[in-house]
Amino acid sequence: MKRPPASVTERIAFSLFRLSAIAGTAILILVMVLLFLAGKDALSWQFLTAPWQHGDITKGGIFPAIVGSMYLGLGVIFISFPLGIGTAVFLTEYSGDTRWRRTIQLAIRNLAGVPSVVYGLFGLAIFVHLLTFGMSLAAAVLTLSVMTLPWIITASVEALLAVPRAFRESSQALGATRWQTVSRIIIPSALPGCITGGIIGLARALGETAPIILVGATFYLTRLPTSPFDKYMALPYHTFILATQHSSPSAPAYAAGSALVLITLTFVLSIGAILLRLQFRKKRVW
Amino acid sequence: MEAVVTDHPQGEFRRRAADRAMHWILRIIASLTVVLLIGIFVFLLKSGLRTFSEVPILNFLFGTRWNPSSFHEPLWGILPLVTGTLFVSAGALLIAVPFGLSIAIYLSYIASRRTREILKPVIEMIAGIPSVVLGLIGLLYLAPLIAKTFGLSNGLNALNASILVAIATLPTIASLCEDALSGLSHRLSESSWALGATRWTTIRKVLVPAAAPGIGAAIMLGLGRAIGETMVVLMVAGNSLAFPRSFLEPVRPMTATIAIEIREVVVGDLHWNSLFAVGLVLFLITFAINSVTDLYLHRTIRS
Repeated sequence: MKRPPASVTERIAFSLFRLSAIAGTAILILVMVLLFLAGKDALSWQFLTAPWQHGDITKGGIFPAIVGSMYLGLGVIFISFPLGIGTAVFLTEYSGDTRWRRTIQLAIRNLAGVPSVVYGLFGLAIFVHLLTFGMSLAAAVLTLSVMTLPWIITASVEALLAVPRAFRESSQALGATRWQTVSRIIIPSALPGCITGGIIGLARALGETAPIILVGATFYLTRLPTSPFDKYMALPYHTFILATQHSSPSAPAYAAGSALVLITLTFVLSIGAILLRLQFRKKRVW
Repeated sequence: MEAVVTDHPQGEFRRRAADRAMHWILRIIASLTVVLLIGIFVFLLKSGLRTFSEVPILNFLFGTRWNPSSFHEPLWGILPLVTGTLFVSAGALLIAVPFGLSIAIYLSYIASRRTREILKPVIEMIAGIPSVVLGLIGLLYLAPLIAKTFGLSNGLNALNASILVAIATLPTIASLCEDALSGLSHRLSESSWALGATRWTTIRKVLVPAAAPGIGAAIMLGLGRAIGETMVVLMVAGNSLAFPRSFLEPVRPMTATIAIEIREVVVGDLHWNSLFAVGLVLFLITFAINSVTDLYLHRTIRS
């Protein structure tokens, strides 16, 4: 189609739009490059695998923080995945267009908007003090799970809605109950979508620092946690303390090193989720 | 549905029972979201309201000094904290809204399909940068740069925090604006071109106005995120209790105050309760923003 020739303002405006898109990409690259420059001296095999040394930080590694973050991630998966998918199934398959369904949807949207530090206050009051879990792995897992729940629900609802109506109707026409339809047809078809959405949520949860500050991670551990009620270290909290409250001259490099490990972990998870989604889309028959 | 014939009456009974049981289990799980939202509110309210038996609520909301740990004369005015939050989130939106909207316009109207498919996930990846990492970049690189540019002793101030919070909210704003713009019907732009309008006029006079409700919602959700952002402001906003007057002064927003002070207070005392009251204020602000956006979107969709 032939359009009128572009005016000068149009050309300027369009270059600005293009420039913003380039700048957006540049931010991502810049963050990675700057972080790498600041942290490359700290990175070593020992840094990744050795226990933490409080006195001379150059003698130790961040292994306990990596393990702590992995425990947190596993805990969050075990709690918020089943609850999130369950809620999504109820919303899309069972509730119809009722007032209760709209109330739940409103609650989910508002939960997604609650600041993470407020989740931290909630976790501190409920899990740490009321349920007397103390500043333990369990308290942190529960707090992060509550925070992640709305993200998982939203992703799962989207995946469930993408399953064609005909699947439900054919299954029920064959005499299956609603639960048989859901458990054997709907959930298996939607699971890839639920999982990818869940992994992205998990990656975000692993990077969250504010709730962990409130419900109490530790900066120094002599042994790895062996029970859910043990104290724990975590990568984001470790990065934060090294960056702001450590006097060693090599603390900034070690903070950047920990941040690099953290961001690699979250990006590997998110990119993995995106690739997984592409893969599933290719295989999908509908 | 009752007419289904089965050879195993007992299996049939079990099948129906499982169906009914699962319905109730799922209903209970789904109700948890409502219980959690109410639970968060009630717990903030329970501790927060106790503050006001000792500190009059007007002194709390409009007092101009926050100094709870002073031995002689503790002061509980959250106005400097609220102002700090306003400075940082207003500054962040001033940067992120034009920036994000430009990216959205580029993605939805100018970029080729291929470019868009690569660029959109890249922009969304910015949301995957943990905010503690942004804070670290602010400490190590942005702070010295700002200090040098403006001749300050250090670069930890509202400006630094605004820039980084803008980066944190950028993907939300860009992505939601893009959804709003590409959700518009092709007929709009085609009619505009048919009337002889250039692409630029079409974007300015037709498409952006038509997508205004969605863009407004994107800005509101970005604002909610900016107000709730904790790690960036905790690390780079400068952490000063003085009443902020300019972007080059250090501030301490509400979120940072909670994160700094909560580990140093006695559980259940006035200071503890007052931090829950600050949390309550944060919760109510974000709740109001979300609800208003929700209502507004529902109304515009219906009409």
